[in-house]
Amino acid sequence: MTTPLVLGVLAGAVLSGTSLLYATLGETLAERSGIVNLGLEGVLLMGASVGFAVTAVTGNPWLGLAAAALTGGLANGLFGWLVVTRKANQLASGLAMMFFGFGVSALVGAPHVGAVITGLPKWRPAWLGALPWVSASTLFNYDLLTWLALPVALLVWWLLFKTRWGLGVRAVGESPAAAFASGRNPALMQFQALGLGGMLGGVAGAHLSLSLTLTWAEYMTAGRGFIAIALVIFSKWNPLRAVVGALLFGGAEALQLQLQARGSLISPFILEMMPYLLTLLVLLAWGGSRRLAAPAGLGRTFFGSD
Amino acid sequence: MSELALRPFLRQALRHTLVAVAALAMFAAILLVAGKDPLRAAADTCRSMTTVYGFSELLVRMTPLLLTAVAVALPSRLGLINVGGEGQLYMGAWLATAGALWFPAAPRWVLLPLVAAMGFLGGALWAAIPGVLRAMKLVNETIATLLLNYVAPLIVSYSIFGPWKAPGSSAYPESPAYPDAALLPAFFDTRVHGGLLLALAALLAYWILVDKTRWGLQMRAIGGNAEAAQRLGIPVAVFLVAGLALGGGMAGLAGMGEAMGVHGRLRQGLSPGFGFTGFLIAWLAGGRPLGILFMAFLFAIITAAGDTLQITQGLPFSVVNILLAMVLFIVLARRPGGAR
Repeated sequence: MTTPLVLGVLAGAVLSGTSLLYATLGETLAERSGIVNLGLEGVLLMGASVGFAVTAVTGNPWLGLAAAALTGGLANGLFGWLVVTRKANQLASGLAMMFFGFGVSALVGAPHVGAVITGLPKWRPAWLGALPWVSASTLFNYDLLTWLALPVALLVWWLLFKTRWGLGVRAVGESPAAAFASGRNPALMQFQALGLGGMLGGVAGAHLSLSLTLTWAEYMTAGRGFIAIALVIFSKWNPLRAVVGALLFGGAEALQLQLQARGSLISPFILEMMPYLLTLLVLLAWGGSRRLAAPAGLGRTFFGSD
Repeated sequence: MSELALRPFLRQALRHTLVAVAALAMFAAILLVAGKDPLRAAADTCRSMTTVYGFSELLVRMTPLLLTAVAVALPSRLGLINVGGEGQLYMGAWLATAGALWFPAAPRWVLLPLVAAMGFLGGALWAAIPGVLRAMKLVNETIATLLLNYVAPLIVSYSIFGPWKAPGSSAYPESPAYPDAALLPAFFDTRVHGGLLLALAALLAYWILVDKTRWGLQMRAIGGNAEAAQRLGIPVAVFLVAGLALGGGMAGLAGMGEAMGVHGRLRQGLSPGFGFTGFLIAWLAGGRPLGILFMAFLFAIITAAGDTLQITQGLPFSVVNILLAMVLFIVLARRPGGAR
């Protein structure tokens, strides 16, 4: 591999890994509180389309970003109303949210297809730009969201593992009944985790439309929501491992683009399969030890507090 | 159906209708906010659906949904959650295509059963992978089927961009057209194809299997308590693999039907989410055969409304997914389900 190829893949891995990481962190929060949100794909789409529409109308990408985060939070609030308040089936509710996201994003985005927007500004610290090889590549020329991705991952990890709130969320995810018995309000904690997670999901979608592509197109997330769900499992519900996973999955995507641009003989589709197969292999590797790192109450509905 | 069985059936039908009306009202409100005319959209949809062509298109749309719903309902009797209908559908279409392209000169009476069998086999083998992993207690089938959904369309893409690429199809690659003998027969000058009969037969077979046979009883025993069933001497592992494979085969048939009955060749985007829609249909119907029939028809009407929105209101087709979601939200909010 040549140096430009390596740098191209690295830069691409970080760029496409950014939205994956935000989405994965959001889903990790929700799943730690015991709730699987298969509707993440819809949340990403709504974030991307609302973010793009608001930016196109106001001309301000920061407003777009804020609107996307708000949309994500609200969408997960609706999901929470279904699965926490109404105690509906999580998988079916998630798929319903996915279809909802397909429709809402198409409706919101339709008037703005083809609009030209100024995306989130990018910059590179001068001393990094002075490094050899770097100046000629897109490496380190990132927007704020990419620069903040790692700190946000640390923040989510700190929230989950170093704060009382995080302990409560994890307790609810393991056993809502036990958390309830110890004086916590499982429904409230799940709503908080879902709301925060939804905002991260909205941001993940906005990064796609406001930085990566600068366009809106229906279904533009192309399954990234589901990749993120796979990544949560891949990273064993740990926000820090999610960083590695997002870079790895983003790298697979970037490598495929780079090889394609260089006319490689390896089919891009074979490379595209890798993240999914890799996740399956990782699951297989753990399979022997029955003890998964999954929250014990994941996907179960808690009926106890009524 | 006896007098006694009819009353709850009617009440259920009434409830379903009320849900549909409430969902339509919410969707109409959203269209109003978006500055569109929901009444005209509804009138246009009704008008187009009551024509012979419009009604026949409902049956065309319903065909894959019936099969992907059975693909979910059957394994769910064993307590298995199959969210992989989408991938199984693609693999069915893929293997059926292989059959049609490998034996282009075979006569119709050989080729049609062959592609149908290969369509079934494609989906069945694809679903057997998570089945085996689950039976060996290695990987949860929900996660495995979900992941494989994304691999299958890539195998299709690889094939139609590579070995099966039809000459001259550079912008939107697709496979060469199937030989005539591999095409499912269409009825009455419409696009309704033999896959509909296959789907209805599959639904009937599903009903007989789960309600009328000893296997169905054993399946329910496993779904209720796998460990107890094992102790009773039921070969649980065999049932788990076979159940998922049978279900996957149904989704594979749906893919074969779309390829051989509607498109006439293998394409990307063969399925606009039929696998996921099938999951929701099976779930809404609680796995009951009549419910699946009703729900599949309802979902076909909803997607037909999407066509109308696109043509007469200038809205993207996917906007109709909001209506779909409204139906689901109402049902979900009214029925606490938990995760089975």
